[in-house]
Amino acid sequence: MKGQIGLGKILIALVLITIIGVAGIVGARMIIAPSFKAANNDYRYQWHRFANQQEWKDFKVKYRGNSYCMDCHANEFKQVEASLHAKVSCESCHGPAIDHPDNPTKLAIDKGRGLCLRCHSDLPYRPTQYSELPKGDIKLKLIDPDNHNPEMECIACHNPHKANIK
Amino acid sequence: MNKHSRRDFLKAGIITIAGMSLPLGAIEFLASEAKADIAKQSNIRWIFLVDSTKCIGCGMCVKACQIENELPYHINLARTWIERYIIKKDGKMIVDSPKQGRDGFIRNNPLGIEVPNVDIAKGMFVPKLCNQCDRPLCVEVCPVGATYKTSDGVVLVDRKWCIGCSACISNCPYSIRFIHPILHVAEKCNFCYHRITRGLQPACVDACAFGARKIGNIHNPDDPVTKIVKTNRVTVLSPGYNSKPQVYYIGLSHEVK
Repeated sequence: MKGQIGLGKILIALVLITIIGVAGIVGARMIIAPSFKAANNDYRYQWHRFANQQEWKDFKVKYRGNSYCMDCHANEFKQVEASLHAKVSCESCHGPAIDHPDNPTKLAIDKGRGLCLRCHSDLPYRPTQYSELPKGDIKLKLIDPDNHNPEMECIACHNPHKANIK
Repeated sequence: MNKHSRRDFLKAGIITIAGMSLPLGAIEFLASEAKADIAKQSNIRWIFLVDSTKCIGCGMCVKACQIENELPYHINLARTWIERYIIKKDGKMIVDSPKQGRDGFIRNNPLGIEVPNVDIAKGMFVPKLCNQCDRPLCVEVCPVGATYKTSDGVVLVDRKWCIGCSACISNCPYSIRFIHPILHVAEKCNFCYHRITRGLQPACVDACAFGARKIGNIHNPDDPVTKIVKTNRVTVLSPGYNSKPQVYYIGLSHEVK
């Protein structure tokens, strides 16, 4: 019997190690992520690091919206607003403003045929009625890209700001 | 021939109980602290309304989402995407979403094969995005508490806390989530949380010229989206998972899963 370590002692040692381990993890969490909380006492779905919500709120906005463009480009804005393209966002064709005019100083405009065809290419299952304008339902103008002046840039004949033929 | 004395047993027992109660105690301590912070409870619950009858598949929403949320443009992963369903007269269905619909649907060539117009019985475009479930199944399985539902109902991912284990990805019934190719953490649509909390609309909503996407607050009875959801005929995707999805659809066909 002498010199042998009792099972009880091993048990105690194991339990102690477990306690120290768990206490260490909990302690480390409290130091590293002191804001871990369950909002509304909802541990199932709302247990999180509270600071993260602010981190997401601080994420950079790139698409600034038409009202941001309006201040400097009032004429173009009014032109588009009066046209059938009124609901098309400026940044859909011009790209995100981000911090324009500081950065980028110039926006890269997508003038390609593909951009116009996203909406105006005729597909048998593409809805043909457009009802987003105050004037009521109109027909969405659809063309067959293979037969409607293929290879030509749309803006050679059409003005996208006026949504008409030049 | 060890003998376990009663004393040893009691000692070990007491220590075990003390050990087990410690982490619980620590969590309770945090919770009581948290209660004060949450006194100002949010009266916003963001919901989304997709009118799939209006979607023409231009893909402007996907493009705007990719840029707004700093996702590499060339990857075949997106926070929101557009599916094209073509049901042929022989009953066969073709579903595709080339590059998540990012470049729009310009040709009638699902999966690279032209379908003659006469063979098509019906077709439709269906935008998909995170359903911001009321009972998010993805949150339930996160082992580290890195994904959670905010008080205003949006499910977020804590990029600093996520370990990239993908448990949430495999538990999402809508396959919304994926691993961010650069950050290697779970990535998902969050209704552009940085925009809606600043009073803006999500990038996809602003980009949609067809009124197919709308965001609203279900707790505001005067909200036009809330009015539609409460009084019109709307549905949600796969309600059987009982995750209580909060993206409502108008004009969804039964073929859409």
